[in-house]
Amino acid sequence: MHRTTAALMLLCIATAAALYVPQLAELVGRRPLVVTLHQWSGLLTPAPFLLGLASPAFRADLRRLNRFGAHDRTWLRAARRRDRSPESRPAGKFNAGQKVYASWIAGAVLVMLATGLMMWFTSLTPLVWRTSATFVHDWLALAVGIVVAGHVAKALADPEARRGMRTGWVERGWARREHALWAADETDDA
Amino acid sequence: MGRRIVLSMLGLGAAGVVAAPQLQGGLEALLGAAADKDPTGLTELLPNGGGFRYYSVVSSVPRKDESSYRLTVDGLVDRPATYTLDQLRALPQTRTVRDVQCVTGWRVPQTPFSGVKLSALLDAAGVRPEGKAIRFTCFDGAYSESLTLSQARRDDVLVALRMQDKPVSHSHGGPVRLYVAPMYFYKSAKWLSGITVTSDVRPGYWEERGYDVDAWVGRSNGRTDAPTV
Repeated sequence: MHRTTAALMLLCIATAAALYVPQLAELVGRRPLVVTLHQWSGLLTPAPFLLGLASPAFRADLRRLNRFGAHDRTWLRAARRRDRSPESRPAGKFNAGQKVYASWIAGAVLVMLATGLMMWFTSLTPLVWRTSATFVHDWLALAVGIVVAGHVAKALADPEARRGMRTGWVERGWARREHALWAADETDDA
Repeated sequence: MGRRIVLSMLGLGAAGVVAAPQLQGGLEALLGAAADKDPTGLTELLPNGGGFRYYSVVSSVPRKDESSYRLTVDGLVDRPATYTLDQLRALPQTRTVRDVQCVTGWRVPQTPFSGVKLSALLDAAGVRPEGKAIRFTCFDGAYSESLTLSQARRDDVLVALRMQDKPVSHSHGGPVRLYVAPMYFYKSAKWLSGITVTSDVRPGYWEERGYDVDAWVGRSNGRTDAPTV
């Protein structure tokens, strides 16, 4: 699920770069092929999410991501102070940063999809809309690129979180330290 | 709360689309000014950073120079011809300064092009009465374009040797490209190598993929840009 989304997203970003950055465009060429890859990877990016909705565990994670508690405000304040100590950054299974990222990127993907479709199917909307959609698509693409790079950097900095994504298991000590409220949350849910 | 962030992104996106015409004008002015003073060239990577964008439909394009470049004129003509770069340079040159408008939206103001009028090459070859259109082919091996004979005879349709008062560079379609001033820039085929007079218009590369054959700026492809001529 995460891997398929990530693969589609990276393909979308890579093809976008090949279409957009002149030096890369010059290197890659093959414009019709790159455009087709970009369109389809973009269109399919939300597909794993939609399929995931069939899974109760995935829906439970979405509920966790959606719910912001008092501890999340504490976490965000600590993040703003650059305070890295685990005590001042209380978190359940997902910390406040992950929650903000998840909902921001979900919204951004939908906006990219909508503006992308307006550019793809030019007859759907009037011309002024298409030019405006291009404008939003271009600038939001830049923001998405930067934010996704940040997301990847965060993951690279935390091997245990990566192991969790890969295997579904994390060390108890790491979970106690980085996601102290998780255990309580699990018993609450049960 | 998470839902609220998703919804506010959607709201911002919609607001962005609505406000885009104003925002775009402001940003273009700002970035244009910044790009003038930017030694790093980073502003060129930003959206609307200005200038030309490189589009090629193939993976790589062979390079041609004085010794290897040839332009052929054939089809429904009395005197088919082949020109070298030096022969083209020796013909009378015409210079125009117009905006360049791409069908994807970017526009480069006041760009000088100079070269040989296409009509001069057609006159030299002697178009037969049954010749009604021109097909252009390119040495990238894939691109093609078309014009009707009357469009091709316009004074602002050039076989361009110079762009921005420099020889047309390889990435801009050099050493020789077509320049069709009043039309969207996809008509100005890069890496021009063949001019063939035909009895009817044969749609070019992008035209077979949905773009208009008669690509007047502001009056085709569903766009309303200010005309370049």
